[in-house]
Amino acid sequence: MSVLVDNIDLFWEGFLRSLEIIVFALVGSLVLGTVLAMMRVSPAPPLQRFGSLYVALVRNSPLTVMLFFTAFVLPALGFNAEFFWLGVLGLSLYTAGFVCEAIRSGINAVPAGQAEAARSIGLTFGQSLGQVIMPQAFRSVVPPLGSVIIAMQKNSAILGVFGVGGDLLSVGNRLISAQGFAVSVVFLGVWVGYLAITLPTGALLGLLERKVAIVR
Amino acid sequence: MNARRPLTGIAALSVAALVLAACGGGDDTTDTDAGAGATDAGAEATDAGAEATDAAAGGGDFAEGTTMAELAEAGSIRVGTKFDQPLFGLANLEGTPEGFDVEIAKIIAGELGIDEGSIEWVETPSAIREEVIETDQVDMVVATYTINDERRERITFAGPYYEAGQTLMVRAGEESEITGPEALSDESIRVCSVEGSTPSENIREYLASDDQLTLFSTYQECVDSLDNNQVDVVTTDNVILLGFVSQSDGAYAIAGETFTEEPYGVGIEKGDVEFCEFINETLAAAEEAGTYVEAWNATAGAIEGSEEPTLPEPDPCS
Repeated sequence: MSVLVDNIDLFWEGFLRSLEIIVFALVGSLVLGTVLAMMRVSPAPPLQRFGSLYVALVRNSPLTVMLFFTAFVLPALGFNAEFFWLGVLGLSLYTAGFVCEAIRSGINAVPAGQAEAARSIGLTFGQSLGQVIMPQAFRSVVPPLGSVIIAMQKNSAILGVFGVGGDLLSVGNRLISAQGFAVSVVFLGVWVGYLAITLPTGALLGLLERKVAIVR
Repeated sequence: MNARRPLTGIAALSVAALVLAACGGGDDTTDTDAGAGATDAGAEATDAGAEATDAAAGGGDFAEGTTMAELAEAGSIRVGTKFDQPLFGLANLEGTPEGFDVEIAKIIAGELGIDEGSIEWVETPSAIREEVIETDQVDMVVATYTINDERRERITFAGPYYEAGQTLMVRAGEESEITGPEALSDESIRVCSVEGSTPSENIREYLASDDQLTLFSTYQECVDSLDNNQVDVVTTDNVILLGFVSQSDGAYAIAGETFTEEPYGVGIEKGDVEFCEFINETLAAAEEAGTYVEAWNATAGAIEGSEEPTLPEPDPCS
């Protein structure tokens, strides 16, 4: 167990690094996923088709393929950036597909009569989405979106394989193989580090869910 | 509903599961006979003896109870090596590894009267080398295994059988700017190595910041990134880099001289001094007989720019 105590600063740095990845990917995937969801429910067929195609491609690809694409294929095509940002980009692109579907499920939970009523009093698509449908949809979005966010936090562990250094899992690998510590103990530390991110997230989401729940 | 209780229960259960999984790690390897074979070599010796008709030594040459006697009697040995390291241990299309480490293992096995057909090759990436020795999944590890004190706390090293040195590889034409590790104090130079390797730890002291360092699981990924201009330098042991330089049609070059000494040793169970001494004697005899240099020339020695090694002085066994 002394390995955990002696290297607590390394674990702490790894924890912060993982948190950094997660925060950027959260913002990126929420923004992109929301835009995609809007596309899929919009009245414009080309936008609908683009959104459906994106979700179909991304949801049916392994995350590792997506990350391989951003870390190796994009630079080979001349798109150079730090591996950190390439990794965040890959994780965001991937998670956005799931965010889109979670938001769309919330939108679909709003009775069709609401949208029709909004249109009939003369609101535009943007207004009816923004002022009538989304505020109601948001309430039923929290649980599925929460699952997507927690899955993304766990997925962030894979970025270390694609050149993003210093995250929790990389710290674990470094301690095990370069410095020869026992695998089981080190990974206990890594596991606790991830739990320290995912469990509070779950608790926050639970609070949020209770706060916005529809009283029926 | 009070959600706190069930959670602690679940957490406790998971901890228990994790600890159990860690302890029983050896059981769920695909290699069930490897796990069973080692402990009851005596029970299986009768079959092994029947099979090993062509084994030169029948275990009689070694003192009773030593690892050598057990292995010679069983007529087989489990060797951990790399499957992805060109020149040292690289699996061919049949899945059999080839390289200098593999040849060294064959020399040691041969001295025990075990022919190469009876060697069981177990893939051991850098991260699990101590683990497979401690959990008795292999009898020895020959896998570009740098001898160091941290590792010595968990296993015993025989050898060294080769002295490598860390160096730098850059895109051709840039070796005039990057002449050695001191050049890496410039924060704009990005360096690539392999996660958990000794070179990746050594290079840190030359860097201005850890952000300059990119780590992958294989050197090939580093080379791809060098190609893509994502990194400027790949660093590891000189022979490995020479392998990449020789395959690159002049796209890469070695920058500067070696700046570390990386003695490669044979990892065995901690405290097995007799086996360690046996390996050292075997290596010395192999150098005497010329098989050591032959092994080199047939593998890493085929690379342009590699130097024929002499066997380093063995470290004391402990």
